[in-house]
Amino acid sequence: MTDATATAGTVATPSSGPPTSFLQSIVNRLVIIVPYVWLLFFFLIPFVIVFKISLSDTARAMPPYVPTFDISKGFGSLLAGLRELDFENYLWLAGDPLYFNAYISSVVVAAISTVLALLVGYPIAYGMARAPATIRPTLLMLVILPFWTSFLIRVYAWIGILKPEGLLNQFLLSVGVISQPLVILNTYAAIFIGIVYSYLPFMVLPLYSSLEKMDHSLIEAAQDLGCPPITAFWKITFPLSLPGVVAGCLLVFIPAAGEFVIPDLLGGSRTLMIGRTLWNEFNSNGDWPVASAVAVVLLLILIVPIVLFQHMQAKAQEQGR
Amino acid sequence: MKSLGSIRRKFAPWNDPDAKPYIVFENVTKKFGDFIAVNDLSLAIFEREFFALLGASGCGKSTLLRMLAGFEEPTSGRILLDGQDLRGIPPYRRPVNMMFQSYALFPHMTVEKNIAFGLKQEGMPAAEIDKRVAEMLRLVKLEQFAKRKPHQLSGGQRQRVALARSVAKRPKVLLLDEPLGALDKKLREETQFELMDLQQELGLTFVVVTHDQEEAMTMADRIAIMDKGQVMQVATPAEVYEAPASRFVANFVGNVNMFEGTVADRTQDTARITGASGAQILVENAADTVAGADVAFAIRPEKIRVSSKKPADAVNALEGEVYDIAYLGDMTVYHVRLDDGQMVRASMLNATREIDDPLTWDDRAWISFRPNAGIVLTR
Repeated sequence: MTDATATAGTVATPSSGPPTSFLQSIVNRLVIIVPYVWLLFFFLIPFVIVFKISLSDTARAMPPYVPTFDISKGFGSLLAGLRELDFENYLWLAGDPLYFNAYISSVVVAAISTVLALLVGYPIAYGMARAPATIRPTLLMLVILPFWTSFLIRVYAWIGILKPEGLLNQFLLSVGVISQPLVILNTYAAIFIGIVYSYLPFMVLPLYSSLEKMDHSLIEAAQDLGCPPITAFWKITFPLSLPGVVAGCLLVFIPAAGEFVIPDLLGGSRTLMIGRTLWNEFNSNGDWPVASAVAVVLLLILIVPIVLFQHMQAKAQEQGR
Repeated sequence: MKSLGSIRRKFAPWNDPDAKPYIVFENVTKKFGDFIAVNDLSLAIFEREFFALLGASGCGKSTLLRMLAGFEEPTSGRILLDGQDLRGIPPYRRPVNMMFQSYALFPHMTVEKNIAFGLKQEGMPAAEIDKRVAEMLRLVKLEQFAKRKPHQLSGGQRQRVALARSVAKRPKVLLLDEPLGALDKKLREETQFELMDLQQELGLTFVVVTHDQEEAMTMADRIAIMDKGQVMQVATPAEVYEAPASRFVANFVGNVNMFEGTVADRTQDTARITGASGAQILVENAADTVAGADVAFAIRPEKIRVSSKKPADAVNALEGEVYDIAYLGDMTVYHVRLDDGQMVRASMLNATREIDDPLTWDDRAWISFRPNAGIVLTR
């Protein structure tokens, strides 16, 4: 189809169409192809591999699963291998409450963190959007400044702050607010702090962009029609910033649900999140097929909010906002 | 039935010494940092008046409106509405509503919700809100668009929604910030008359900000001409045009020819003005000028006659050369360069299909006018 139109185009207009326009159309197509090729190599193929492993059985070998496909052994062995694949690992996941609890716990932790990030991020974004236009770029810089340092190092820094003899406890003890050090590290509280801190820019930036383009005269109009400022905020500002709220929440929720580094470093052994369960399955147990099944289910769980996000975006675009 | 125009003609409370003004600006000054937006301004607006604030952008007219709405507080001075000092009263408690230049329609609400917004805020019962919204939709002829969102409407329809929303609460005063600025010329002209009818029908006081003098002249009972944060003149459209108070006002409203000179001598009713080149003009309407004063004689283009020969009966006639001619159909505009170098603009009505005294480029020509055709300005 694509070839046919391209050929027809060049044949029909050999003289009038300068060669640059033909080149242009090829370049245009290439530009569109690039992201698809990217997705093919870095998402679809890896996913198919992981999915295939999740259907395999554990084995004492390298790689530690059977069957493995070897094209050199011919088509027959390929078919035989395919017949060995089954959903046994998924049944195993369903049967063990550990996985179910880990999924639930991850989603709950991610949801609470998202709400906290929204509560912290909204006032920041609002303040930035209402700041004088001259200092807005500086404020934006400050929001993304933490990215200059490695994510891992910043999470390690939080250990130093939150541990019993850490900076926070030292400060609170010296001020006299508390007499015993607070146990924050290795609890869910530490995970919340870590996630909210790490993902705050992803909440603030979309909120800022939707608040910043809002016409301030809408607020004035609401006040003019009898709304005190707080009511005007809830009736006008907040509904109009909803696309930003949804985008920010998803950008925090999705990575937070699968987060591994933060629960591992700050959450300690008593907290349960799917990212760590997956890591344990893969590295400690060496059970690649079950680990892959965990990963595939996690992906399916996260696809729901992604689809929701795209739906919201399409709707916002349709409304011309 | 009397036309609305006949009611309007009799409306002139500003000439009645007993009439109490409805909105009063008392020595109001507004500063933004070092910038003085409104400078010691005093102004009185009467109930049911259609009042226009006219001026170039940055003259302080919008600031004045925003102070009345409550979005800005005066740096000094007072604003009174119906005798009540407005200082410290937030916008949501003022009995005024504003129609914004950008319309500021709530994009996430339907037309009907937009109009109902202020009423709901007031706590009006739902049944009454529905009734009022329907009435408003009928008033602006948008009944079939009630369920649309603002982005599904044309510019003119949005303008009418904004208008309906701002009058739905029956405010004592409606403020309109460049209400027709975003409409094309034809729609603007239609809407001007709709606005006037609406104002009569609802019996509201309208304060409209505009930079379009034609709009102000058409709609307003009185116009305040503003410049640099001050009011230059407050008068009816006809007075502003025919009896401007200063060179600025004369230049700002319509086209004008300005002859600078000194008063050579004067009698009870007339004054003789000598221009820089020695040309003499005899004028009435010289008011309180004295001999020797530096003045300007301002005359509108349509009050000047252009002819190829000097009219025998002309009191004031100056000779020059036709520099440019613009034929506009209903009239012809001549640019005549007088012998002393001054350019004069004159427009002649094309009362017949053929012009009796055809003039063309570079012809010698006379301009003439009567002593009472223009006005002497001292400021």
